[in-house]
Amino acid sequence: MAKAKDIALDPLVNNNPIALQVLGICSALAVTTKMSTAAVMSVAVLFVLLGANMAVSAIRNLIPPSIRIIVQLTIIASLVIICDQILKAFLFDISKQLSVFVGLIITNCIVMGRAEGFAMQNDVKDSALDAVGNAGGYALVLLAVGFFRELFGSGSLFGVTILKSVNDGGWYQPNGLMVLAPSAFLLIGVFIWVVRMKKPDQVEEDFHVGELAHDAIHPEAVR
Amino acid sequence: MDKNSTSYTVIFAAGVCLVCGAAVASAAVGLHSRQETNKIVDRKSKVLAAAGLLPENATADLITKLYAERVVPQVYTLKSGQPAADIDAATYSMQAEMKDPAHSQVAPPNAAQVARLPEHGVIYEIKDEGKTASLVLPVEGKGLWSTLYGFLALDKNTVDIKGLIFYQHGETPGLGGEVDNPAWQALWDGRKAFDSSFTPKIQVIKGKAGAPATDPYDVDGLSGATITSRGVTHLLQYWLGEQGFGPVLKGYRSNRK
Repeated sequence: MAKAKDIALDPLVNNNPIALQVLGICSALAVTTKMSTAAVMSVAVLFVLLGANMAVSAIRNLIPPSIRIIVQLTIIASLVIICDQILKAFLFDISKQLSVFVGLIITNCIVMGRAEGFAMQNDVKDSALDAVGNAGGYALVLLAVGFFRELFGSGSLFGVTILKSVNDGGWYQPNGLMVLAPSAFLLIGVFIWVVRMKKPDQVEEDFHVGELAHDAIHPEAVR
Repeated sequence: MDKNSTSYTVIFAAGVCLVCGAAVASAAVGLHSRQETNKIVDRKSKVLAAAGLLPENATADLITKLYAERVVPQVYTLKSGQPAADIDAATYSMQAEMKDPAHSQVAPPNAAQVARLPEHGVIYEIKDEGKTASLVLPVEGKGLWSTLYGFLALDKNTVDIKGLIFYQHGETPGLGGEVDNPAWQALWDGRKAFDSSFTPKIQVIKGKAGAPATDPYDVDGLSGATITSRGVTHLLQYWLGEQGFGPVLKGYRSNRK
């Protein structure tokens, strides 16, 4: 039971797909100007990741090794299209705001990475837990970034005004940088910094260019 | 069966395609009518928004009801400016007609980069107690990256602008995408589309324009989005001009009294 818990909870902080593996940050930049889009995107990724992990895991012993990546991709792409169709039917406004980024879940490295890296070797139940954990880790970062971007960029949360902006006759001067994509880079950078300060074992080892060059010239000296 | 054999691989791939294809197709077909309804409601809400009639957080039912009460679409032959009585306005689509070679022609070179000229055009008449209070015109033209699609609302005298909104575009968020900013949209109310000889004169300028009373033909440019701003000027002047709704609007002016 401890193992199942680890699979689901590890990706939240210890092995966060965005913070540690730095995967899936393209969409993290694009859909985090508002909490509502970030939340819907998180749910969409959960849907796709869960479906893809379970489907790949269920047929993992049948997939011919030579075409395994394209089979995973076919499954992922189908789930993404279905997800996009559902959003267009039931959450039309938000689907318009998310526009191409739902379609781009196909290229989200997290989905592909979990299918190839986890679901191909594990049973359906563990794969489902892994999907929930990784989608949760993704959602955590997306919502954290979305929180700061919407609060300081537009003075609201989930569309509800918290800080009344100057344009609406309030006092708050919105921070224009927060609305633009680079601010997500800064926030994700800060997130990674905070996580690695708490968990120093995530910090990559230092290396120096000179050592690499030395190793390349003297491969026999590499330990 | 050998998992590495060619025949197994082909059969497996075909099976995966079949299952995934069926799932995608059933989702697309099953949800199609709902998506279409959403699109229609969305379009109606934009017509209402351009006319300044859309309440905040309106539900789909309220939009449909308001639209049915207040909006009467009317199809005109663009060249003559006469109503096209044989076309059902509820199902008519200008964008579909532009793609139909039988009912559209290649547009003469124009600054708005409109490629094809439809034979007909639709005007949404906004009714107030049975009488036409304002007119909503569909407009479209190239910005920097994309074609901007929008609605321009005019007073029944065809000169005073009530509002301009774009319901679809792919301009840069924060720059050209600021056409969606309510503060910028609010600048249009009270400006004049035509000068006294009814030549389209409204334009988006560089920098700040004055108040509508003193500076009726200019609207603030979008900072950092010169090409989008210019595109808005071009598309408005095109659709207000002789190629676009010019003759139709002329008809409205002569029947005014």
